[in-house]
Amino acid sequence: MTDIAITLTVNGVVRQVEVPGRRLLSDCLRHDLGLTGTHVGCEHGVCGCCTVLLDGEPVRSCLTFAVTVDGHDITTVEGLAAPDGAMSPVQRAFTECHGLQCGFCTPGFLCTVTALLRDNPSPTGEEVLEGISGNLCRCTGYQNIVKSVHRAAEIMAEES
Amino acid sequence: MTTKLFGEPVRRREDPRLLTGQGRFLDDLGAHALEAAFVRSPHAHARIRDVDVSAALDVDGLVAIYTWEDLPDLLAQPLPLLIPHPALTHGRTAHPLARDLVRHVGEPVVMVVARDRYLAEDACALIRVDYEVLKPVVGVEEAVQSARLVHEDVPGNVGAHLVQEVPSAAGLGARETIEAAPHTLSFRLDIERSASMPLEGRGVYARWDADDESLRVYSSTQTSTSVRMAVAARLGLPLPKVEVIAPDVGGGFGVKIVHPWPEELLVPWAAIALGREVKWTEDRREHFVSSAHERAQVHTVRVGFDDDGRVLGLDVTILHDHGAYTPYGIIVPIITSTQLPGPYRLGAYRVEFSSIYTNTVQVTPYRGAGRPQAVFCMERTMDRIAAYLGADRTAVRAVNFIQPDEFPYDQGLIFQDGRPLIYDSGDYPESLRMLKELIGWDSFPALKAQAAAEGRSIGIGIGCYVEGTGVGPYEGGHVQVTSDGRVHVSTGLTSQGQGHETVFAQIAATELGVPLERVSVVTGDTRRFGYAVGTFASRAAVMSGNAIALACRKVREKALRIAADALEADPGDLEIVGGEVRVVGSPGASIPLATVAVLSNPLRYAFDAEAARATQFAGASSFERPPVAEGEEPGLEGRDYYSPLRSTFASGMHAAIVETDPLTAEIRILRYAVVHDCGHLINPMIVEGQIHGGVAQGVGGALYERMVYDGHGQLLNASFMDFLMPYATEVPFIETAHLETPSPLNPLGIKGAGEAGVIPVSAVIASAVEDAEGIGIDRMPISPSELFDLRRSAG
Ligand code: FES
Ligand code: FES
Repeated sequence: MTDIAITLTVNGVVRQVEVPGRRLLSDCLRHDLGLTGTHVGCEHGVCGCCTVLLDGEPVRSCLTFAVTVDGHDITTVEGLAAPDGAMSPVQRAFTECHGLQCGFCTPGFLCTVTALLRDNPSPTGEEVLEGISGNLCRCTGYQNIVKSVHRAAEIMAEES
Repeated sequence: MTTKLFGEPVRRREDPRLLTGQGRFLDDLGAHALEAAFVRSPHAHARIRDVDVSAALDVDGLVAIYTWEDLPDLLAQPLPLLIPHPALTHGRTAHPLARDLVRHVGEPVVMVVARDRYLAEDACALIRVDYEVLKPVVGVEEAVQSARLVHEDVPGNVGAHLVQEVPSAAGLGARETIEAAPHTLSFRLDIERSASMPLEGRGVYARWDADDESLRVYSSTQTSTSVRMAVAARLGLPLPKVEVIAPDVGGGFGVKIVHPWPEELLVPWAAIALGREVKWTEDRREHFVSSAHERAQVHTVRVGFDDDGRVLGLDVTILHDHGAYTPYGIIVPIITSTQLPGPYRLGAYRVEFSSIYTNTVQVTPYRGAGRPQAVFCMERTMDRIAAYLGADRTAVRAVNFIQPDEFPYDQGLIFQDGRPLIYDSGDYPESLRMLKELIGWDSFPALKAQAAAEGRSIGIGIGCYVEGTGVGPYEGGHVQVTSDGRVHVSTGLTSQGQGHETVFAQIAATELGVPLERVSVVTGDTRRFGYAVGTFASRAAVMSGNAIALACRKVREKALRIAADALEADPGDLEIVGGEVRVVGSPGASIPLATVAVLSNPLRYAFDAEAARATQFAGASSFERPPVAEGEEPGLEGRDYYSPLRSTFASGMHAAIVETDPLTAEIRILRYAVVHDCGHLINPMIVEGQIHGGVAQGVGGALYERMVYDGHGQLLNASFMDFLMPYATEVPFIETAHLETPSPLNPLGIKGAGEAGVIPVSAVIASAVEDAEGIGIDRMPISPSELFDLRRSAG
């Protein structure tokens, strides 16, 4: 199988990589680029663990071939914190509200919620549920994740 | 300033790395390792006639292909049967790779190692296995009637059979008592299969150091010490040459306690054979068909009671579906049968179970382990009695409660740990009072009437349970204070997201009087602590928590002794506060714990400022005794073990209000309330998180999750698309209240909290749906279409 050269901007850094046409974006990020923060829980598009931001929009990296996003912009969980390492409001809210246990689903939630709050900075309870309803968590029972989202909205409002 | 952190909702110390993508889960390791994939049986029952690998040999990047015949003697044996029991007369386990016969879809037949997983799967796809397909046995009822056998040498497919009986105070058996009782009821109750389903599947990564002849294995396991022993034994390696590490683990819920998984032996073996790093990461379909399930049981209940609803005799017969193998013994039905009495004093009790082989994935404990089934039986029974007598459901429970002054209470049974089932402490009437208040039990009839007037049907349900937690035999803790004043804690058991790094640090910081920031905790790494049992059965806090506290107390005692010498004070007059040892009431006289650590070692090369500073405290050495006195050890460290007499018993009660749609029969949970008693709380935030997660899994078990097997033994829903787990939209807001009846059995007075949330949920939802609909519910989970059918057959 011939590899195809692609260029991705990942977390603001231009990365070049050669991948077979069938290489999943999740595998490309995790194994070719060493960004293991993005997790794979099902590889069939249901759990949301592998969610990353593609040009700002949440996508399932396990359902995306790396070659199809050649030239695009990707943000993974590693890119959510500020350049100096300070955690983003969403990340801080998750630790304040105990929004994670094993942390395996967490990167997917963080990416999803980051996009959600960018588009809707003060979501209602319904909108929060709707916004995270594509991500599975087997540990937390969601209550504290929901709380984290509201808290993140609050922190963002306080800091803006 | 005090450093009392025990009991505080301290924020988790594991969070920053997990939130920034710096967690290290199994598949995050071994970037350059070769990768394994498996050819797994597509048939539920078949004889392997031939394996033809020739087409796969051309795959570019292929490194090796192994079948059972390639395995060395020790590894070719069936996997160990971990918990033998005299009642398990026909225990059977699988071979790491199938030999001759496969007994469930998903059983591994061939292992392939290649440059990466894509290529390994390419090779798997080209391997031809020729099977003689046999008719499978699916479902326990078919299995007990069937002439077909899962294992040729296990008659009737019965692996185990056990009866336990506790006579009445008058010495009568349960059956006689029931015959003589004023009222009797009999019914059947079913629960379906579900599974732990952690979002991170299993995984193994092994490195062989040929120069050192040592092996390092990383596994996503709940028990690294036992994996280590299994690997050493089955690969014929000296134990000290094997290290096993559980890195960050993405949830376990029971399924990762099984050890060794075939892959945990095969991957390290291949790493040695090939002299290369090898890794295997389970994919989701593999997890469905080749790990383990739980829950499926059929129960036949007969109960005798008096006019007040007091249970005079209870007789339960259980058919337990064990799947194809019994690697973990018969723990699940033993727990069901012994935890069934719950918070109640039953007049006489008889329980009998048969553990049945079927051609399906094996059954091993899943969070709650047999208890959701037990509570479903007991609580449905309470509800049936109440319905029969026209009594309030909570009143019937109340007359049966063991009273607070009756502890320790001996249920007269033998528990899962082989020890007497004796409850240590609890206050069930108070728990019920709190729950009724929290959910508004007494005012519910008015609410229901009001809803009915609006054309809505709502119902309320309740479920009570007692959970044996903190089972032995032991855990250990090691604590070392280094010359920089840092405290390094290690324990052998593992963590899968329960926040152990935080709670164990809270315990150590409290015991040693040091700030939390100075404490670091390592779990599940056999390089740091070799003896351990594992994280399951709500035991981590009780077992390792107490062991760490005891180890800290040893360290503290030594620290005070050395400091007393240096300060020329009496150890009894010293305290440690904020990392300083000081004389109580005389603020000027103190010495940093760091300095005490330096003083504890007579070899004092001044590597750091602490060591240089410590010299001022060093007394003149006596030439009459050696630098390390007899009975002493250099260093400020301690190790201790906690081994309990028997299990602690946490308890709790849940209630829910549900609404059922008159047209679609959809079931919606409007409110969910929990009263929980796990003794002293180490970190209330973490305990609550455990409850939330447990309830969510319980909601899945009550309404959505089931393993759908067809008559050919094919699992029809082996994906997240078809096996439904609750999302945020399905889990209700959970209201909680805590009761603390400390355990008298351990120094910290704690019980466990890991599994509690999941245990009564099916019982509670069944109770509530029944109340809403006025239709008896006797099997869970219940889907809208099932409720719809029930309505039709009732109407
Ligand atoms: S791993 Fe992509 S959605 Fe589950
Ligand atoms: S925190 Fe474990 S899956 Fe969400």
